Amino acid sequence: MNETAAQIIIGVGLAFDLFGCIGLVRLPDVYNRVQAATKCVTLGTCFILLGTAVYGMSAAMGIKAMLCAVFILLTSPVAAHAIARGAYKSGVRLWEGSVVDLYGEEKHPSRPPDERTEPAQAGETLGAGRESG
Amino acid sequence: MKQLLCIVFTFGLWVALTWTPGVADVFVGVVVALLVATLLSHIYPDNPHKALDPRRVFWFLVYIPYFLFYCVRANLDVAYRVLHPDVPIRPGIVKVRTKLESEMAKTFLANSITLTPGTLTVDIDGSDLYIHWINVVGEGVEEHSALIVRRFEKLLRRIFE
Repeated sequence: MNETAAQIIIGVGLAFDLFGCIGLVRLPDVYNRVQAATKCVTLGTCFILLGTAVYGMSAAMGIKAMLCAVFILLTSPVAAHAIARGAYKSGVRLWEGSVVDLYGEEKHPSRPPDERTEPAQAGETLGAGRESG
Repeated sequence: MKQLLCIVFTFGLWVALTWTPGVADVFVGVVVALLVATLLSHIYPDNPHKALDPRRVFWFLVYIPYFLFYCVRANLDVAYRVLHPDVPIRPGIVKVRTKLESEMAKTFLANSITLTPGTLTVDIDGSDLYIHWINVVGEGVEEHSALIVRRFEKLLRRIFE
């Protein structure tokens, strides 16, 4: 009974991790990719840890798995924030289809608008993703 | 006082991580807790007694399922966008304003925003948060704040302020 429940939970976690990885490949720029990677992989990994805790059914395993889940929930958004902020500060551009960039307008006014988004060109990631998807 | 609390907390965490602890584990735990407290106790919150207030604990317990609900919804939302053949996104960086004041509350707000539907905190500047949004809806700081920040703000204010 426990084993079946644990396997289902771990399966759900793996599915979310997989969606995160697909997002990493298909989405067009750093910021969108970080979103997919953080959200899906955080929840997916938490599900896997929960499944491990259910499977083990012992205090030793359960406590460790739950503590790991808490750590991941606390640290992964911080890491995502650091990556996104670092990317922007070092000049990584937004995808050309982005609709608004208030951060650039207000915090980096010296950077001309056409340098904030990527120029449209053939063979962009989104186009490539569309063809293969 | 702060250092003592840090030692107790770190030691408790260590014991939980090495469960079931033996004599050697406890010994190493004491050393590590002392080391961590010496180096890092200054980054601990200034008024930890707030954590003992039953009302704050109650609202925190309410916050956990509330947050998990939005977290799961965020995941389904991202999964949908990623798996859809056209990748239906409309990304952009918007600015929102929060009324929260304490650093701790703002940290929690930023983290919650990052883990919930289509939003990622890029930078915080005072009470302004710059959010990368995978599917921008509406226009203007007020409307964006209402859509992104309000659903967490009330609970977080009860917990931290």
